Amino acid sequence: MKKKLVVIGAGMASGRALEHLLEADKDAYDITLFNAEPRGNYNRIMLSPVLSGDKTYEEIVTHDANWYEENGVTCRFGEHVVKIDRERKIVVGQNGEVAYDKLLMATGSAPFIIPVPGKDLPGVIAYRDLDDTNTMIEATQKPGAKAVVIGGGLLGLEAAAGLKARGMDVTVLHLMGHLMERQLDEAAGYLLRRALEDKGIEVKCQASTAAILGEDKVEAVLLQDKTTIPADLVVMAVGIRPETRLANDAAIEVERGITVDDAMRTSDPDILAVGECVEHRQQLFGLVAPLYDQAKVVAATLLEEDAVFAPKEVSTKLKVTGCDLFSAGDFAEGEGREDIVFRDPSRGVYKRLVIENNVIVGAVMYGDTADGNWFFGLIKDKTDISDMRDTLIFGPAFQGGEPLDPLQAVAALPDDAEICGCNGVCKSQIVDAVKAGATDLGAVRAQTKASASCGTCTGLVEQLMAVTLGDDFQMPAAQSVCGCTDLTHEDVRRLIKSKELKSQAAVWQELGWNTPNGCHVCRPAVNYYLLADWPVEYQDDPQSRFVNERKHANIQKDGTYSVVPRMWGGMTTPDELRAIADAADKYNVPTVHVTGGQRIDLLGVKGEDLPAIWKDLNDAGMVSGHAYAKGLRTVKTCVGKDHCRFGTQDSTGLGIKLENKLWGSWSPHKVKLAVSGCPRNCAEATCKDIGVVCVDSGYQVGVAGAAGMDVKETERLMDCETEEETIEVATAFMQLYRENAKYLDRPYKWVAKVGLDWVKEQIVENVENRIALVERFELSQSIYQKDPWAELAAPDEAPKFGPLANLTLEAAE
Amino acid sequence: MSWIDIGSIEDIPLRGARVVKTKVGCVAVFRTSENEVFATSDRCPHKNGPLSEGIVHGQSVTCPLHNWVFDLNTGVAQGADEGQIDTYPAKVEAGRILLDGTLLMNRAA
Ligand SMILES: Cc1cc2nc3c(=O)[nH]c(=O)nc-3n(C[C@H](O)[C@H](O)[C@H](O)COP(=O)(O)OP(=O)(O)OC[C@H]3O[C@@H](n4cnc5c(N)ncnc54)[C@H](O)[C@@H]3O)c2cc1C
Ligand code: SF4
Ligand code: SF4
Ligand code: FES
Repeated sequence: MKKKLVVIGAGMASGRALEHLLEADKDAYDITLFNAEPRGNYNRIMLSPVLSGDKTYEEIVTHDANWYEENGVTCRFGEHVVKIDRERKIVVGQNGEVAYDKLLMATGSAPFIIPVPGKDLPGVIAYRDLDDTNTMIEATQKPGAKAVVIGGGLLGLEAAAGLKARGMDVTVLHLMGHLMERQLDEAAGYLLRRALEDKGIEVKCQASTAAILGEDKVEAVLLQDKTTIPADLVVMAVGIRPETRLANDAAIEVERGITVDDAMRTSDPDILAVGECVEHRQQLFGLVAPLYDQAKVVAATLLEEDAVFAPKEVSTKLKVTGCDLFSAGDFAEGEGREDIVFRDPSRGVYKRLVIENNVIVGAVMYGDTADGNWFFGLIKDKTDISDMRDTLIFGPAFQGGEPLDPLQAVAALPDDAEICGCNGVCKSQIVDAVKAGATDLGAVRAQTKASASCGTCTGLVEQLMAVTLGDDFQMPAAQSVCGCTDLTHEDVRRLIKSKELKSQAAVWQELGWNTPNGCHVCRPAVNYYLLADWPVEYQDDPQSRFVNERKHANIQKDGTYSVVPRMWGGMTTPDELRAIADAADKYNVPTVHVTGGQRIDLLGVKGEDLPAIWKDLNDAGMVSGHAYAKGLRTVKTCVGKDHCRFGTQDSTGLGIKLENKLWGSWSPHKVKLAVSGCPRNCAEATCKDIGVVCVDSGYQVGVAGAAGMDVKETERLMDCETEEETIEVATAFMQLYRENAKYLDRPYKWVAKVGLDWVKEQIVENVENRIALVERFELSQSIYQKDPWAELAAPDEAPKFGPLANLTLEAAE
Repeated sequence: MSWIDIGSIEDIPLRGARVVKTKVGCVAVFRTSENEVFATSDRCPHKNGPLSEGIVHGQSVTCPLHNWVFDLNTGVAQGADEGQIDTYPAKVEAGRILLDGTLLMNRAA
């Protein structure tokens, strides 16, 4: 008599196992196949093409009614198995019992639903089976319907692309910093995001869902940061969990999945398991390739043959048209690993190989994945790559191929990219001039005016000449930002503006950085350039700042910090002094010092005390003095005409107004101001970055002074008649400096490069431009003029200054 | 090894670090842009700079005081500088950061 085999779950794994079994021995078993879904086996991974409309359900069915009949499989579709009775060797379905000799569990996974309020509202679904797919297709029928997809992994993005293809407004919410973070690194994640945004899909990273809102159906999603996004449909694609409930109830051994041995047997030798529901040697499975290997082993074991399942490396591709990505192996974690990075900004290509002991252990690529399988082969076979290391990244076709071209980022610029911002000259004008015979910089300057004003675009103009003229052009050696790039600071600034690069990942990719995310030299500079040029779009990254600016206090050589509250224009009150004295006592501040900028410096504060001392000073009405910042430090004043017999104007009052206007803005380097009430200059205004000297007829504004390693007198920018005009000119200068200077150049260094005449042109002569500069400064201030102390002393931020854990305490318990 | 849970990966900013107090002194726990974690001594061998306050890039950290760069895998100083920091086993499981307590914790009474 034939033995009885019962299979629970007609999914991709069990379908394949049955094929192998029936092929090997058609008559070994009487087979009963249960499936909770009201249909038989189909190709689940092709649901995405069904969703996008590229395929129909009929096209993705793998086993039809005929097949089951020909092979004598009894189908119980649309019927849940509710219990396994191991003693009686019986499976209990909703419509009755079936006896087994061997049982195969292939229950797959259950989508993970994040436990937020509103998760059960109609219109909130997962993405797992045909019914989910049909619900989505139906939702797209309503004109103007909006979908929110929670989860920016493989499934979520395929759902988003499919919904978009059917005309829905789609927003993807992703908890992590970049998309598909398990398969992609940041650079590839950026390119993927850009491709999806080009399709019109909105992507929000680091978006944590707080609740799903709605009365009797879903209406919106509420994020932790309080934004709400309207939605008619919410698709949760945040992960899967092995479906182990039946196995658990039957007391079969389960860890995260149903544990199986190398022959795919569970802890009960008559029960086998296959697919996503299993756990094999602590490993779970989420892609079909290893499941197909398992299916072979299952068939062999059922026929009492020896077979062993050994998991192999898996690779990932995303089934979204226009998003060409490949990822395999392990490109994170581990000791002594080395990266090879290749970027071609013109084609939007990124490739990264991770190498350990001369073997490739991981590969990520975006944009050009033609070599993916070749690399995948090298990973699986653990091929020693030492001989081809230098050209490895170019793939099999390029073994011995060309080296990287540092000029490719410039060559890739579109014709209308603005190269010279001062004179509005774009790439094609320069290239045309060069082609028409302007073969040196002077000639290009004369003909196009490019680099004829402030000169910061000179490097780019030269690179364009090199690209156009080839070997005929001798490039002068320019200093690149750091080892991560061949571009200079000026090039990077210009390109961030002309290519509208608004994130760090965009800069790394579009400008061809050769490291994954920069280094301590370029990252703070790029972070500054981005926040100065795109105050609204770019979000400041504290982790790209030096410690002083991240902790908002100066680190001292012993690792303690100094705290300097703002004293507007150098003025203080008895109450403020008392509060400072109290804080100094309370936090055992060892040193109290009066600075050269007319402030009081509390030195030697412990890192974990910072939020508390800030709060005390805030409570007394004081804010951060930004003594640590590349930004406005102090405005030093003399007492002026209220008290001094020589005073011509209210120098203290003007100093306070200037400080009120300019504080809080970040700049390429620190900026110090002073206002003196008469030319006797008690506030030393003539050696400051911006210094105002009051005279009877008004205000003399000087800029670009210095009193550090270099000592230099200010140069007269303009004589102003009123306080208002003085403030306007000083503000415009600050903004011009913010927008154009190289990171870590003080104003005097920058002005020496661009020339005072150019600065005058921008601010004194062109009044319209002056006003525009002030407006841009004010826009930036609307975001950046805030007291960092108050933000960081808030109850949910302050604990971050303390240790994450204290293991010395736990032991004492 | 005895793995102990010291907190959620979300408690450390991306490309940042936090400190854990242990019997061998302050240990810096880093989170890279790829969400890997590394644990090392918090003290720079040059002049005791607090490495947890440095800039994290790739799998390296730059000391905030004088810019020595250390590989977080091996603890070895990069480039011309010579020195090494202690490294400790660390891993992330289900979003939780685990450190090896045998090295770091006083023996429980
Ligand atoms: C939209 C989508 C796209 C995907 N794309 C890819 C891809 O590109 N590449 C890739 O490798 N993988 C992809 N996957 C993953 C792949 O589909 C799964 O790895 C594979 O389907 C798992 O097979 P399985 O047989 O273990 O489970 P499933 O195919 O899920 O089958 C399990 C079946 O068991 C049934 N069942 C569960 N419990 C019971 C019960 N108590 N009684 C009766 N029946 C029950 C379920 O209804 C289900 O039909 C994708 C998945 C989805 C959803
Ligand atoms: S600068 Fe002139 S106004 Fe000011 S304190 Fe000195 S002498 Fe008096
Ligand atoms: S002058 Fe030199 S020693 Fe004095 S505070 Fe400035 S940097 Fe330090
Ligand atoms: S203390 Fe770390 S580099 Fe000097």
